[in-house]
Amino acid sequence: MKRKHLLLEIVVVLVTIGAIYGFTTKSSTPNLPTFADGYSIGDEATDFELKDVDGDMVSLSDYPDAKGYIVIFTCNTCPFAVASEDRIVALDQEFKKKGYPVIAINPNNPEVQPDDTYELMQAKAKEAGFTFPYLYGGYKTVYAAYGATKTPHVYLLQKENGKNIVKYIGAIDDNVRNGDAVKERFLANAVNELLAGKEVTVKETKAIGCSVKQ
Amino acid sequence: MLLAVLVLLTCCKEKEDNGDTATIEEKSEASIVEEVPSNSKTVLLPTYNFEGLSERYFEATNDTLYVMNFWATWCKPCVKELPAFEQLRENYSDKNVKVVLASLDFPDKVESQVLPFIKNKNLQSEVVLLDDPDGNTWIPKVSRDWSGAIPATIFLQNGERKFFEQSFTYESLEKEVQTFINQQS
Repeated sequence: MKRKHLLLEIVVVLVTIGAIYGFTTKSSTPNLPTFADGYSIGDEATDFELKDVDGDMVSLSDYPDAKGYIVIFTCNTCPFAVASEDRIVALDQEFKKKGYPVIAINPNNPEVQPDDTYELMQAKAKEAGFTFPYLYGGYKTVYAAYGATKTPHVYLLQKENGKNIVKYIGAIDDNVRNGDAVKERFLANAVNELLAGKEVTVKETKAIGCSVKQ
Repeated sequence: MLLAVLVLLTCCKEKEDNGDTATIEEKSEASIVEEVPSNSKTVLLPTYNFEGLSERYFEATNDTLYVMNFWATWCKPCVKELPAFEQLRENYSDKNVKVVLASLDFPDKVESQVLPFIKNKNLQSEVVLLDDPDGNTWIPKVSRDWSGAIPATIFLQNGERKFFEQSFTYESLEKEVQTFINQQS
């Protein structure tokens, strides 16, 4: 009797899996674009060497005292990136001194997106008062390694045994358009949890952004 | 057929109910309804939060195939592919295919940018404004595969969905539409 019951359960489970699978294949893209690649939570993030707007080359390893990094893919003119500028500066001011500096990377190819040339990045950093590196050349390999698909796109890394481990991926907060209307600061909450030695509760979030221009 | 749709709907619900988005969706349920008021002057474009958009198109139970494109006037690849959607509207208007251009422009730019853009490009497809700042709540409801980058397009018909985070040419768009039409017949 018990065995019969078990058998029935297996059948039900199999049918359910089949149905879900059928639905999934039907509803999702057959040829998934590259956004499925890149880092997941818990992956080790690669270091890089990219040119800052002041001419210096910058790597994560240049910050031996950092506990981790707030890596933000952003650009000059995407309205969502522009709307986030003040918040990114504020995040750097809040968390650099606590060991989590902001490292901004522009992932756009200036040949495709002429608003994102090195010179215009320099102008943007000055005009917006960036207090953190704003790195050029992210379009070559770094954006793809991380799996950044849009701007802004955040990766929070924590140093663990000399490795940079991805702890959070996604949005800065729950209102990309308007910083004054934010109810939940996803990124800041995640950094604060890491600082408190806790696990990040909300590990991944979504926000609308401009597609990376390659 | 009805049974198939029911099965699909059930699966769809299951799919949304489990997995990593569940906690996020639960938590921000309230913010779907409570729309953040923009500098609302007279808005001359049909404007929905995601719940409204979902009721109107995602949950529609007629046989219409809705081709919904998420775009914005400032998004270059979006603007580039708009003619393909316009052409689709023209060629398939008598075949129960409806193109919906869901703009993600900021609400305070409707008068200064979106409406002039619609006029200048002489857009004939239905344009609506999706005014819902909390993307983390509604993006996974469109598709769990969506990173949030635009352009993105979803095909909707009687509870069936197919989502693409990519740009379309007219040919690739028509191919997907044909797949849906062939399934129906």
